[in-house]
Amino acid sequence: MLIDVAIHDQPLQAAELRRDLPAVADCGGYVAFEGHIRNINHGKGVLRLEYETYDELAVKELRRVATEAAERFGLAFVRAYHRKGRLEIGEPAVLVQVLSRHRGEAFDGCRYVIDQLKARVPIWKKEFYDDGTSSWTQCHHDHHPHKA
Amino acid sequence: MHSTIAVRYFAVLRDASGKSSEQVQVEAGASAGQVYSMLAERYGFPLGLSEVRVAVNDEFARPDQLLKAGDTLAFIPPVSGG
Repeated sequence: MLIDVAIHDQPLQAAELRRDLPAVADCGGYVAFEGHIRNINHGKGVLRLEYETYDELAVKELRRVATEAAERFGLAFVRAYHRKGRLEIGEPAVLVQVLSRHRGEAFDGCRYVIDQLKARVPIWKKEFYDDGTSSWTQCHHDHHPHKA
Repeated sequence: MHSTIAVRYFAVLRDASGKSSEQVQVEAGASAGQVYSMLAERYGFPLGLSEVRVAVNDEFARPDQLLKAGDTLAFIPPVSGG
């Protein structure tokens, strides 16, 4: 199983990363998820975001999430990258790519990675609104991450 | 008897404390949760201990973990990645 996780302070190059997939001959399923910066949240206009990360622990936890997904769904490859720093509308903030033998595990495994990332990995999003205000969003919190 | 530990703050807690890290003197045998309560009072943190997770030396820990000199303690507000 191949695991590739990172926190990046430069733009995620999704097309380049698509070309950079490992060749795994017995894998027929490839699923990717990209999360992009949206210009609205809870009805407020969003101008830009800043992500703050606890790098040391975020990378460890991201690796645990990716490894769990690989073991649980039989994935041959999991890549999970997240941005930090300032991001503009439309920019990719997160990228998950998985390879598996069949499509079912690929969809499920990819979903598991992004869901667990949002619940567990120490990354914080600050939104800057078009009315001049800003706030740390707190949509997700889970002391005891659901492992199912 | 006191020990010196490093404390890291993120997101709302960094804003509230006005710093991303500092050295803090704690009583020998203090737990992570006790240190949080002390700092929450000092800085007026908007979150209670039950709303944050604790990390010691870059690994998740329980709030009742006892601290020793040189430890790095971090408080993790509700996460919002993705």
